[in-house]
Amino acid sequence: MRVAEAWRVALDALRANRMRSVLTMLGVIIGVASVVILVAIGTGTKQQVEQQVEGLGSNLLLVVPGKIEVGTAPVVSPLDLKDVDAVSRVVGDPSRVAVTVASGATARAGNRSDFTTVQGVLETTPSVFTRSLQRGRYLTGADVDTSRRVAVLGASVARALFPDRDPLGQQVTLAGVRFRVIGVFAPLGQSLGVDRDDEVHVPVTAAQRLWGTQRIDGIAVKAPDRERIDQLGERIVAELSRRHPDTEFSAVTQQQILGVLGDILGVLTGVLAAIAGISLLVGGVGVSNIMLVSVRERTREIGLRKAVGARPRDIGVQFLLEAVLLTSIGGLTGMALGVGTALLVDAFSPIPAAITWWSLALAFGVSAAVGIVFGVVPAQRAGRLDPVVALRAE
Amino acid sequence: MTVAAIEAVDVSRTYELDGVSVSALRGVSLTIDQGEYVAVIGPSGSGKSTLMHLLGGLDRPSGGRLVIGGRDVASLTAPELATLRNETIGFVFQAFHLLARTSAVDNVALPLVYRGVGARQRRERAAAMLGRVGLGHRLHHRPNQLSGGEQQRVAIARALVTEPAVLLADEPTGNLDSVTGEAVLELLERLNAESGVALVMVTHDQEVAARARRRIAVRDGLIRSDTVHDRPGSAGAGEPATLDPAPSAEPRSASGSGPGRPSGGSGGATGATGRLPHAAGGAG
Ligand SMILES: Nc1ncnc2c1ncn2[C@@H]1O[C@H](COP(=O)(O)OP(=O)(O)OP(=O)(O)O)[C@@H](O)[C@H]1O
Ligand SMILES: [Mg+2]
Repeated sequence: MRVAEAWRVALDALRANRMRSVLTMLGVIIGVASVVILVAIGTGTKQQVEQQVEGLGSNLLLVVPGKIEVGTAPVVSPLDLKDVDAVSRVVGDPSRVAVTVASGATARAGNRSDFTTVQGVLETTPSVFTRSLQRGRYLTGADVDTSRRVAVLGASVARALFPDRDPLGQQVTLAGVRFRVIGVFAPLGQSLGVDRDDEVHVPVTAAQRLWGTQRIDGIAVKAPDRERIDQLGERIVAELSRRHPDTEFSAVTQQQILGVLGDILGVLTGVLAAIAGISLLVGGVGVSNIMLVSVRERTREIGLRKAVGARPRDIGVQFLLEAVLLTSIGGLTGMALGVGTALLVDAFSPIPAAITWWSLALAFGVSAAVGIVFGVVPAQRAGRLDPVVALRAE
Repeated sequence: MTVAAIEAVDVSRTYELDGVSVSALRGVSLTIDQGEYVAVIGPSGSGKSTLMHLLGGLDRPSGGRLVIGGRDVASLTAPELATLRNETIGFVFQAFHLLARTSAVDNVALPLVYRGVGARQRRERAAAMLGRVGLGHRLHHRPNQLSGGEQQRVAIARALVTEPAVLLADEPTGNLDSVTGEAVLELLERLNAESGVALVMVTHDQEVAARARRRIAVRDGLIRSDTVHDRPGSAGAGEPATLDPAPSAEPRSASGSGPGRPSGGSGGATGATGRLPHAAGGAG
């Protein structure tokens, strides 16, 4: 039998049992669509996070107590502002050094309140990290030196506390202490589902007083050049270790953060794809099941075809093509559904999604392969049927 | 010299059923010559269908030698046997066995699909064949839109579209009323006469069997009689024919079992002389 003929016969068979074919395909459709969607979301998230890390500013060096490794507990920081001065001396330029001491706190304005993160920072923050303001001004050296109770609000906090008023010049209460709003950040959006605009910056000195601490959580340095960034990190760590012999310190570069994040998100994407792949496998089992039913139902047809001259292979190919056709049509439909959904998610939800050609090729290839793998057994069974027995079947 | 279309020598067929072997055929020898009209009769369970399946290469004998279209079935692989069926044999079944949801013309064209004939030519030949069985106006009807008699005529067209040497019909009128059955019978006889295809037909009906020139009576997996009648339609296809021979009946080949079976050879020689124009040279 010619291949074109076999295709036509297989297509006719699927059409004859339209409802059943569609339901069988549904398993494959869902499987392929979920592979495409989940890989798109994984990829989109990875791209977004990478962009954001890059957007933090170039040549960034983060210095924190403890080790930066997945699974290590955070360490209580022994750092204080004197250590920051020491780091500034190592760097040689205080304007390249930023700090943070952060804690959750309730911000209130009038009868509105918002739980947010209050960050005690130096006036250097906007130049070390690339941050821009939408309104007002940022903290100054004088604000920090005099522990002035002034605050710069993240876009979300500004929206929550002052939905219908200009926040500039207004009072906010942070952990029970009044601050005056002097500026509002330009919005940054979300990252990994975290709202990056949900923060309030106040002078580090004011923050320390607010919480009754001398602590600094971490130091960020904008290195003068990329080549000697690792060397600079080592010198800073050495200096801090000298000052605090009992504590280990780590300096990580933006590149390292990107690498770690990329690895984590890559694994995450892989896991998502694997889970979706399992549903594709389940769809394949459904195809196998339906093909066995189909062979049983059409036993007499098989007997008749053999009686008029069909060879075992002709029958086998016919049923195999039927299975492959089921999964391929399901695969293409699933791809279309997956791409459509991913585009919608990307456009209308905060979750980023990016279609990759390899996920499409993989999903389609796997679905066609599933048809072959799960169609072979029913097809062989059909091909080997004894024609006399088949013709007598009920 | 003409070659026999089918030649069976001491052919047997045993089924294994739950460890018990059932002998459906216990050593049957016969020859089907080209263009013959043979009726096979016998009680239910005597092995008629089993014999037809073997003669058509749909099944393989458990013992003996079976040669279809000059080829020994034992030497053929499954695909080769399938091709042999396609080229040499046409089957007509009691239950029609048409593909549902498939038009008459496509049903008839089916054997040509496995012969590798192109779609256009298939349709032309199938339509022409349907015309010959009187269904030229029913090309695109589906089986469920056809009467029983029409369905069987589609099946006959399907069996003949490949121009086989032998048409094997197992109770072709078994599912039809007598009037419709008679029409189908006449069609088969006409095609046999016109196209020279050998017709081997199983029937329960003595009157139907009496219309055939040659009558084979089967009982308990053995051929009890195999007779040729000069005057088809003469009475006395009674079974076993040898006990009640019709005036014009001649035994064609050895029949019965046990001692005294003269010859298990092919196409028994007795009385063959002058029987059929083309068979005369082949026998003896
Ligand atoms: N697949 C099988 N397995 C076991 N026994 C079988 C099988 N097919 C046929 N037989 C047995 O072989 C014998 C002959 O069967 P067959 O169908 O040839 O009879 P038949 O002469 O065609 O009968 P009928 O006139 O009822 O159609 C029967 O006893 C039957 O039970
Ligand atoms: Mg029978």
